[in-house]
Amino acid sequence: MKILVAVKRVIDYNVKVRVKADGTDVDLANVKMALNPFCEIAVEEAVRLKEQGKATEIVVVSIGQKSCEEQLRTALALGADRAIRVDVESTPDALTIARLLAKVAEEEQPGLVLLGKQSIDSDNNQTGQMLAALMKRPQATFASEVQIEGEALTVTREVDGGLQTLTLNLPAVVTTDLRLNEPRYASLPNIMKAKKKPLEVKSAADLGISVTNKVKLVSVAPPAERSAGIKVGSVAELVDKLRNEAKVIA
Amino acid sequence: MSILVLAEHDNQQLKPVTLNTLAAAQQLKGDITLLVAGHQCASVAEQAAKVSGVKQVLVADAEAYAHHLAENVSDLLVDLAEPFTHILAASTTTGKNILPRAAALLGVNPLTDVSGVESSHRFKRAIYAGNAIATVEIDEPKVVMTVRGTAFDPVAAEGGSAEITSVSAVFENADIRFSHEALAESDRPELTAASIVVSGGRGLGNGENFELLYQVADKLGAAVGASRAAVDAGYVPNDMQVGQTGKMVAPELYIAVGISGAIQHLAGMKDSKVIVAINKDEEAPIFQVADYGLVADLFDAVPELQNSL
Repeated sequence: MKILVAVKRVIDYNVKVRVKADGTDVDLANVKMALNPFCEIAVEEAVRLKEQGKATEIVVVSIGQKSCEEQLRTALALGADRAIRVDVESTPDALTIARLLAKVAEEEQPGLVLLGKQSIDSDNNQTGQMLAALMKRPQATFASEVQIEGEALTVTREVDGGLQTLTLNLPAVVTTDLRLNEPRYASLPNIMKAKKKPLEVKSAADLGISVTNKVKLVSVAPPAERSAGIKVGSVAELVDKLRNEAKVIA
Repeated sequence: MSILVLAEHDNQQLKPVTLNTLAAAQQLKGDITLLVAGHQCASVAEQAAKVSGVKQVLVADAEAYAHHLAENVSDLLVDLAEPFTHILAASTTTGKNILPRAAALLGVNPLTDVSGVESSHRFKRAIYAGNAIATVEIDEPKVVMTVRGTAFDPVAAEGGSAEITSVSAVFENADIRFSHEALAESDRPELTAASIVVSGGRGLGNGENFELLYQVADKLGAAVGASRAAVDAGYVPNDMQVGQTGKMVAPELYIAVGISGAIQHLAGMKDSKVIVAINKDEEAPIFQVADYGLVADLFDAVPELQNSL
């Protein structure tokens, strides 16, 4: 079985995000970029399934400009077999992304598609669900455990109330949550090997999809700052403040 | 405007977050229809009909909707979508699972976790873990979006008298089945709806020590939450996680115990009205957002706090 993993290049999670002075967007100039952490978990899960003998080939795909090939190489170093970059000139909206991925899936015919549940830049949490809809296949979002037995996929999901387990027929789309696995570090030999693995570039036009953007970013502002309050010296003082100053406890 | 809101419920009770979602719907200024999709959920429909400002309640009662599987509920939403300009759901694991799927089926872009309504097509939402607030304008014939409950004050649960209409369409996807679930059972209030939340972090050291927080919480009528570090370490289950990738909370009082205050945790709680931090490290970033900070060993301070309540 082939596994398709969709990944995204995002700002490194350790970088403090700053809004541009003109309020048009956040400032990404000269900022360290990385593979989105949830996507990294998706790649790791694919590699583990291959190591278990459940998968035979792992294809990673990313949509973006040439710079995202760096993240595709990271995924190849972690254990993916080959990569596809779908080249887009302008920023596509979520529906375009899902359509492009659906087209890639149609060409590749994977048994399983893995994605991170959300990217840490736009915090949307929607691509996997949209892709599953366009592929007319079932979905399991927020996965914390994935098991494959024959054509059946069992996924445990982290839901608000606890854990929910679903059984799906393959092909299916799974989005990964934090506790699915802990991604490995790429070894130096694997980083070197990754440079030689195949990386194919396709354009949106090659895939027959026109790139649109129906969600316009009007402005970006920093959040309302909370200022630090006071330090209290004792529990008694804290309780007194909560009762008589903030009036939040009886 | 004509707005369809997907109710959040467990087939017995309408979840309070539905009232916050309805508040966002009211800001769009239009007729509001509340959809209750579930199984043996008549009592939910009755509660839904009493909610202030709801014009119509649609009830789709079938086994296929018992567990709110995205495949089945999104097909139902698509079937019902025609007359509506907006389709809303709470930004919960249920809403976020279903709505983007429905949006793609409708051929439109969805919006996730909307925290402000500027106009019928212009909204505010947090990006980069709440480190920036984006204003976006969406150019779609239907607006399909999930709503951050804590950003909207709930509408009144009583005072309405909507008509209840049942929907007979049943969609059942043969490629997915509910297997089982392990839901946390607690007599304490739900984390996202509680007016007081007591949260613990890695400073607690292990799961047993959370008992200290449960005792304080029970005296205050509070919910208990946790940082990602505490959940990752296995101290407590995932449903207690507060933060960017866990639950968003905005109670009247948030008490952070042994939590350093990583950005991703702050993203989930910094809209709380009053924040208290108890931490022995006076350099911990949590103190930068706390209204009242107590630099102390939590194992001394928390029992003392419990005794003084």
